[in-house]
Amino acid sequence: MKPAVLTGEHYMTGDEACAEGALAAGCLFFGGYPITPATEIAEHMSERLPGVGGTFIQMEDEIAAIASVLGAAWAGQKSMTATSGPGFSLMMENIGLAACTETPCVVVNVQRAGPSTGLPTMGAQGDMMQVRWGSHGDYEIIALAPCSAQEIFYQTITAFNLSERYRTPVFVMTDEIIGHMSEKVIIPPADQIKTEWRPKPQGRKDRFLLYKPGPNGVAPMPAAGEGYNVHVTGLTHDEKGYPVMSVEAQHQMMTRIKRKILGNLDDIIMTESHQLEDAEIVLVSYGISARTCLAATQQARGMGLKVGFLRLITIWPFAEAQIQALAQRVKGFVTVEINLGQIHLEVMRSAMGKVPCHLVGHHGGTIISPDQVLAKIKEAFPCP
Amino acid sequence: MYKQITITGFGGQGVVLAGKILGQAAAIEDKLESTLVQSYGPESRGGACSAQVTIADGPIYFPYIQNPDILVCMSQSGYDKQYPTIKKEGVLVIDQDLVKPVDEREHFAIPCTRFAEELGNKMMANIIMIGFFTAITGVVTQEAARNTVQGSVPKGTEQKNLKAFDRGWEFAQATLKGRRHKAAGQVGVVA
Repeated sequence: MKPAVLTGEHYMTGDEACAEGALAAGCLFFGGYPITPATEIAEHMSERLPGVGGTFIQMEDEIAAIASVLGAAWAGQKSMTATSGPGFSLMMENIGLAACTETPCVVVNVQRAGPSTGLPTMGAQGDMMQVRWGSHGDYEIIALAPCSAQEIFYQTITAFNLSERYRTPVFVMTDEIIGHMSEKVIIPPADQIKTEWRPKPQGRKDRFLLYKPGPNGVAPMPAAGEGYNVHVTGLTHDEKGYPVMSVEAQHQMMTRIKRKILGNLDDIIMTESHQLEDAEIVLVSYGISARTCLAATQQARGMGLKVGFLRLITIWPFAEAQIQALAQRVKGFVTVEINLGQIHLEVMRSAMGKVPCHLVGHHGGTIISPDQVLAKIKEAFPCP
Repeated sequence: MYKQITITGFGGQGVVLAGKILGQAAAIEDKLESTLVQSYGPESRGGACSAQVTIADGPIYFPYIQNPDILVCMSQSGYDKQYPTIKKEGVLVIDQDLVKPVDEREHFAIPCTRFAEELGNKMMANIIMIGFFTAITGVVTQEAARNTVQGSVPKGTEQKNLKAFDRGWEFAQATLKGRRHKAAGQVGVVA
């Protein structure tokens, strides 16, 4: 049997790297329903999980899949699912339940072009707002967007760690292109991989409060069967977990759900800067489109243009402060994404009208080429 | 070094596996960097499909190939679609029984599907092509390609597939020998 951490050098797809990252993070439950282009994650987990003592279940649909993931989390396991747009839409109701019940879990969305069934075998980045706002009500989630197979491996581990640390669903937003692209993935020895677990309750079991936050705003979480009386509901609840229909209870619950994310932005938000020191024009991108921007930045510099690149690794919560700070000193932003302007809107919001913000995007189905980015730079910021 | 290789053919010919073997040979055995992207339609057999492999000694940002340095065609439709994209100084490699070139451009040709049938299994045409390709282009080493073939094919078929690889390799040696005035008998006329 292969170990959970497959130490060594591999040539694997982004989807396979995602599954290996989950296993390395200690995930022992996958509940899913196959969908192109995320099926390979499920396939790989179904091969690997039984060998490391885990459980793989193919449920009857995506609604049941995410429900099983929440159930496994409350049984004390690190759990996940992987899907694409149509399945992601079906999962939205229970994603809200995960946010409300502060259930740690990881959901991977290997994006394909939509809306509806769209282009199953062709990539896009059109679910970036859906992941933020797809379920009803105000809530906070964390979403990451890796840009290579190697990074998918690491960010899947990070997604599990953040979900455990903050008792929240965490999303790994990849796409068909990196999901199906093969690259070198180096998996380190198990003892070099940092894995975290949800804080466990201490003290008297009969006085335990399921939603009483600790110092970082996150409440410890027992597993079912450990002797704590737990009541888990999607109704507005008090710290005990009991439904309370009042403005005060709603205020207290929502404040906790928002604060544990918004109060820890420095810990959650990850970005990567490329040649921003003297940049006048800043590209902003994530996921597969970040690779377009890396090539475009290199080519633009070769032409003497002062172009830099801010790569968003954490998409939600949004890197508002970083964009605000750049807006004080640069000439403008160009957001590059395979949609018709989603994160672009966030960049505009954060720049607060100080500098122009442009978009290089399209309807989905293929990658954006560096030439398109360079053309936009020249058009929007003509040399004097 | 920065080589962009496009392999085209029908779904079912092992085009994507050929791309995966080349990419893996480069990335894992030869310690280079490599990306493989594939395009395919909803059908699993018979439709046009292609594999795009980039091999470099530094980071690869953009994995898609607009103008390949090396174009390998295992079907006429793949050739018709991709031939206009090949770089001016690029190398064209074809299965000569399946592709009829439209012009006099110099190219390397092997009847790999016929050879595979002679070896008893049409499915091995892609492995013969890898052997041929490796010897002609030198973008991956013989040892790397051969080891990766061995590790990538179904258990129990390793010896047959290695024989197929060697068949392609040897045919390339004969081809290169015939062009001694160009390649001076060396392995790898483009690398």
